Amino acid sequence: MALEKITQVSGTAVSVPGNDIDTDRIIPARFMKCITFDGLGEFMFYDVRKNEDGSNKEHPLNEQRFAGASILLSGNNFGCGSSREHAPQAIAKAGFSGVIAEGFAEIFFGNSTTLGLPLAVATKEDIQSIAAAVEADPTTVVTIDVENQRIRFGDQEVTCFIRESARDSLVEGKWDPIAELLEGDEQINATAKKLPYV
Amino acid sequence: MAKSLFEKVWNAHTVRTLSSGETQLFIGTHLIHEVTSPQAFGMLREMGLGVKFPDRTFATVDHIVPTNETVEPFSDALADAMIKELRKNCAESDITFFDLDSGKQGVVHIVGPEQGITQPGTTIACGDSHTSTHGAFGAIAFGVGTSQVRNILATQTMAMSKLMVRRINVNGQLSPGVYAKDVALHIIRMLGVNGGTGFAYEYGGEVFDSMTMEERMTVCNMSIEGGARCGYVNPDETTFAYLKGRPYSPEGEAWDAAVETWKSYASDTDCDYDDVVEINAADIAPTVTWGINPGQGISIDENIPSPDSVPEDQVAGIEEALEFMQFEGGAPIKGISIDVAFIGSCTNGRLSDFEEVAKHIEGRLVADGVQAIVVPGSQVVASIAEEKGLDKIFISAGFEWRAAGCSMCLAMNPDKLVGDQICASSSNRNFKGRQGSPTGRTLLMSPLMVAAAAITGKVSDVREVFGVSETASV
Ligand code: SF4
Repeated sequence: MALEKITQVSGTAVSVPGNDIDTDRIIPARFMKCITFDGLGEFMFYDVRKNEDGSNKEHPLNEQRFAGASILLSGNNFGCGSSREHAPQAIAKAGFSGVIAEGFAEIFFGNSTTLGLPLAVATKEDIQSIAAAVEADPTTVVTIDVENQRIRFGDQEVTCFIRESARDSLVEGKWDPIAELLEGDEQINATAKKLPYV
Repeated sequence: MAKSLFEKVWNAHTVRTLSSGETQLFIGTHLIHEVTSPQAFGMLREMGLGVKFPDRTFATVDHIVPTNETVEPFSDALADAMIKELRKNCAESDITFFDLDSGKQGVVHIVGPEQGITQPGTTIACGDSHTSTHGAFGAIAFGVGTSQVRNILATQTMAMSKLMVRRINVNGQLSPGVYAKDVALHIIRMLGVNGGTGFAYEYGGEVFDSMTMEERMTVCNMSIEGGARCGYVNPDETTFAYLKGRPYSPEGEAWDAAVETWKSYASDTDCDYDDVVEINAADIAPTVTWGINPGQGISIDENIPSPDSVPEDQVAGIEEALEFMQFEGGAPIKGISIDVAFIGSCTNGRLSDFEEVAKHIEGRLVADGVQAIVVPGSQVVASIAEEKGLDKIFISAGFEWRAAGCSMCLAMNPDKLVGDQICASSSNRNFKGRQGSPTGRTLLMSPLMVAAAAITGKVSDVREVFGVSETASV
């Protein structure tokens, strides 16, 4: 199972500001009644994008000028709350290939990396300048250079942080660890044998 | 060298180091439910893989189960399809499934402990963040995503980086009317909703030493709301007494051996922690959340914070929460009218929660205009409660007594808030939209505080409503 080596992702961007954006907001629970992840994209951020009658609210994700964006910008502790993989799946299925935020919740971070969705941590100031550039010109291409931990936008460049284990697994095309986990079969059995309760 | 329980359990379950630097960790017990497992089984099928240790995998349905209708097919076709899918997946892979007709179905984090599946010194994973609950037994228990559910089904292992350990000591004595839920909300308020990132929380001190297992579960359950991946209490006699005689607990000689092993996993008294936090039990009051994350809690006597009373970096968060909640900064939390009262969930849906409330509400009535529902965490909890006649006490006080499930904790079933209703809730999350209505408002509190709110129709102090000042409590 050769996976794509994700050294960088780029595209136009959209900013969904705020701290502690939780997974219930990213994908409300009622849309998790599904037995596959297909089709989750259209429900991403549903309750902040839509009124109860289904009409659009004023929200950056509804704005035509940000349509087709593939980089998401946000605040601190993004993805907190539930372990639902439905959240990063919805983001990916909605066409995003990377998220830049001030910080990410633990489980969300792991879930996203396993899907090959890079999450980059940047400072509040840097995210504000990226957002300002995108606001001024929505066609600005934002690049997350995973390998070198840099974010480029327009003619500017800032640093970002991507945890080493995630960075390596993305860059080396090992972000989905299943193949390597399976290779350890003998050692798995040996570990199981030593555990009195298994 | 002296080691913490986390370190000992981690080491015993380490298979090897992966090329990413992460550990391949053996998961001794894998719990699955209908929402996060069908996609994983789908992926396994696509990859032509089977379930490696079906004996170490246990399933139940909880999230989408209706609590006011018990005959299938359920009126919600999607819910019905999800239950059938899990039933099929378990049958095909020989996985024990605590199905709706088993008498054992319930919220996965209540079922594991009450069946004796949750044991000290083990690793437990489930596609659900509140898996941290099982840490109450001295297990290392993580919530995982669906891809990891797939990995664990296929290999009984997952890739993970080791956590740091923060010891949280709560010493002294809790005041009357202060419950385990208040301890949890207080800790999250102090350390923040992401204060636990990268940490396992080890809870200890006099308060935890004297807590029952059900109380320890309430606190461990909410570790994840403080950003910690897992939380645990070292196993002790209370733990062993709880487990003795449960369906999946070891018996006879095996029991004695197991207890010895379990004891050996407890943290060594002189071990080093990455961080230590001290909390004085006397500082903890009955606590209520006023905002949109579980860290936005205040004691019942306090006023809701106003944007001009907090540091600059918190202003935006407080303004957002006040706007959503339609509350005024600086106003008291006490006295805010409620529409719905919910007692249940994996945080507070266990027998002792219902016993404590039933003890106080006899002869009282739910206020006019308040819908109050009680949802037992499992069929076992429901049947014991019914044997004790607790259901009748609730019903005659004007509460609805429902069937087991997650219910209004996340409203994937028909139990939902409507419009901007305010719900006094014993659950664990007050996120925007969590209880089923995008504009619905949730106030988290202990079960008895929920009952006090149900009876008075507004957020109230348990100590005043029920005069609990003389009641000894943990
Ligand atoms: S009761 Fe609530 S928190 Fe617990 S498993 Fe169910 S939905 Fe999740």
